[in-house]
Amino acid sequence: MNVLKKTAFLVCATMLATVINGMGADGKIVCEGSTTVLPIAQAAAEVYMDNNSGVNISVRGGGSGVGATSLIEGRCDIADCSRAFKDSELQKAAAKGKDPKAHVIAMDGIAVIVHPSNKFAELTKQQVKDIYTGKISNWSALGGDNAKIVVVSRDSASGTFEAFGELALKGAKVRPDALMQAANQGVAGIVSRTPGAIGYVGLGYITPSVKTVKINGITASRETVLSGKYPYSRPLFMYTDGQPQGKVKDFIDFILSAGGQKIVEEQGFVGLK
Amino acid sequence: MRRFKDSIYKWIFTALAFASLIFLLGIVIVLFREALPALKTTGFLDLVFGKSWYPTYSPPEFGILPLILASLWVTAGAMAVCVPLGVGSALYLHELASNRQKAILKPAIELLASIPSIVFGFFGMVVVAPFLQETFNLPTGLTAFTASLILGIMAIPTIASIAEDALSYVPPSFKEASYALGANRWQTLTQVVIPAAGSGISTAIILGMSRAVGETMTVLMVAGGAAVIPHSFFEPVRPMTSTIAAEMGEAATGSPHYAALFAIGLILFLITLVFNIVAEIISKRYRMKLGLSR
Amino acid sequence: MNENIIASAAIFKKKNNARNKIVQNTGFAILLLCIIITILFLGSIIYFVGVNGIKIMSWEFLTAPPRKAMTAGGIGPAIVGTFYLTIGAILFSLPLGLSCAIYLSEYSPKSIAVNVIRLSINNLAGVPSVVFGLFGLFVFVDYFHFGVSILSGSLTLGILVLPGIISASQEALMAIPQSLREASLALGATQWQTIKRIVLPAALPGILTGVILSIGRAAGETAPILFTAATFYARGYPDSALSETMALPYHIYALMTEGTHPEKQTMIAYGSALTLLILVLLISALAIIIRQRQRNKMV
Repeated sequence: MNVLKKTAFLVCATMLATVINGMGADGKIVCEGSTTVLPIAQAAAEVYMDNNSGVNISVRGGGSGVGATSLIEGRCDIADCSRAFKDSELQKAAAKGKDPKAHVIAMDGIAVIVHPSNKFAELTKQQVKDIYTGKISNWSALGGDNAKIVVVSRDSASGTFEAFGELALKGAKVRPDALMQAANQGVAGIVSRTPGAIGYVGLGYITPSVKTVKINGITASRETVLSGKYPYSRPLFMYTDGQPQGKVKDFIDFILSAGGQKIVEEQGFVGLK
Repeated sequence: MRRFKDSIYKWIFTALAFASLIFLLGIVIVLFREALPALKTTGFLDLVFGKSWYPTYSPPEFGILPLILASLWVTAGAMAVCVPLGVGSALYLHELASNRQKAILKPAIELLASIPSIVFGFFGMVVVAPFLQETFNLPTGLTAFTASLILGIMAIPTIASIAEDALSYVPPSFKEASYALGANRWQTLTQVVIPAAGSGISTAIILGMSRAVGETMTVLMVAGGAAVIPHSFFEPVRPMTSTIAAEMGEAATGSPHYAALFAIGLILFLITLVFNIVAEIISKRYRMKLGLSR
Repeated sequence: MNENIIASAAIFKKKNNARNKIVQNTGFAILLLCIIITILFLGSIIYFVGVNGIKIMSWEFLTAPPRKAMTAGGIGPAIVGTFYLTIGAILFSLPLGLSCAIYLSEYSPKSIAVNVIRLSINNLAGVPSVVFGLFGLFVFVDYFHFGVSILSGSLTLGILVLPGIISASQEALMAIPQSLREASLALGATQWQTIKRIVLPAALPGILTGVILSIGRAAGETAPILFTAATFYARGYPDSALSETMALPYHIYALMTEGTHPEKQTMIAYGSALTLLILVLLISALAIIIRQRQRNKMV
């Protein structure tokens, strides 16, 4: 191991010499996690950097789980999460001497979408659960046409998946043959092309080519999400290790400001005010 | 003084040589060490033959069988595409191509072997998957079939290039003898040249297979990603490589999920190891058979 | 064995000639079909990527950072990132790999141990790239605390191409006739002088081919940098070896799977794919030309 370490440091030294070391480390923010929060973080970083030339923000996706792990392992400064940290993650964080602090930066509703040709305009929470767990696998069981239900889901690294699992499935398992998509865009794409499909996406991803169904009679909209009436609504988080300081605090404050919340709305999410 | 300098150089090279060997050995050690907890807690049989892969639920389930089967299906499908096309192309280059054609086609195929896999994955996602979905009226174009097709196309240059090398090693005297006995070109090709180059061609196929099993980005992008035991080629699957790539960021260091991903890595490593050793043995025998051993 | 094969051909001597002719023509037609399909498949990939990618190509696209929530601007930081990662990988693997090859072919006694080492290096060349990524995440990112950085990514890519560099260099060195070495030693040169002045220059084209092919491979690999180096969005150029970086292959992947504006981002992905394709094909073409010239010289 010693040889290994020495060689690695040698290489490290040469590389540091070749790459010009321009700015100090404090002008740098690494932001990583949920693909739902990604567009907000990315767009906000762009505007923020326009106004603060000394700061370098790097934004990465991967999923809420990736963000949480990354914060715990000390690989990032801000973990984007579309769900709260799980108990297991909090325990791991404590074990590594980290103290995750949550900052709600926006609200999001998870809309249930179907193909535009689908007859259903409304489903109950129970029906959605039955469809996703595999109890119901044909639209005829709900009184619709005799067509197989194609279940589209997000993959397990995604916070939307976790949030949906919690809000809609109460922890039950998604049927294993569901099409697992790495991103909201993928879910919306499949549902828009597939007559029998059902999927769920963040509010920002509803396009004219899919149909949004009411849940328990309530439409997913800005108002119902902010008021908490819509059953599948959730806050979006940015987590930091301890109270944020310096540039990190400044960046989060920017997102919470009027200008930042405007970006949130532009990206299709619900601003906090 | 000169002798002294000479021995210093010798020691430097020895040290650097061992440093690189330690790095390479390190991969094997890390894989085994980090996979061990998964083998211990889940047990080897439950791990390899477990039918459900739910790594993030509580309690989590780590059954790798669907992932192994997905890899095997996709690889088998890819072989069905690339073996006939790759070997056929190699035979064409060897037997039918004019010198001028060969001077262009041979380097071109070697060049195509270097196209990055991400480009294939991208092509599969934006062109092939939507096309297949429309043509076969599928729920999604991201299926085992799509992955097989793309992987197959990807492996053609590798197979064609190595197989052509193998064919060119067959001594011309073999062919001449066959012609002298009155066999025509096709008979000579199928009855004499192919059997003589057979093990070289098998090496090419095995190396192509090894590439298909280990390919990551392409399957991550086009295989669909459902961790189920595959029932049809037109359903999404989640091969081993794409599982590692999709999940290695979210698994916390030292967690059971982390260990399970290393276990998958270990299995992949062992599979490709077996492929490579078999290829090595076959090609060694082949060289000896043709009197080419160095 | 050989006699058997040749003898078996004799059986066909007096069979129906007309039928044989038809079989032969059909067979040859199938082979022709094979190569046509192969060229069509591979050509169509280059065609699609080329035709769509060229639409977005411009000087600005190649140099500017992404803008407007990744729907406009260019891929400048990604190109620079890929450049750094590739250079870093070669800086690391070339000295190690070449030394290893020199040691194995010049200094070590020809023994079973050397053969075993050669075999294991060959095997490591076939290990899936994602396994190297797993290793890089464990060792460089976490164990050495290099974090997600150009350094971690370069080292991971470096180890990935190391086996290839070792075996290509070793093959080039072993192809140098023993008599050349003996002549030099007989003239009183030390072993190091022999290696430096005689063996290495003669083996240079072969070594160069291996190294250049490795550069092409390192530039195009995605899986090893997924969790060791790559980031979705960074504005400026990386300011130190310990910062994350955008990279061309990862950019294509991220735009396709994590992007939120598919209409515009697919076009940017096409542009990135074309850039990467041209880059890698040019690098590999260089290697193939060097090898071809070397072969012609030897014949």
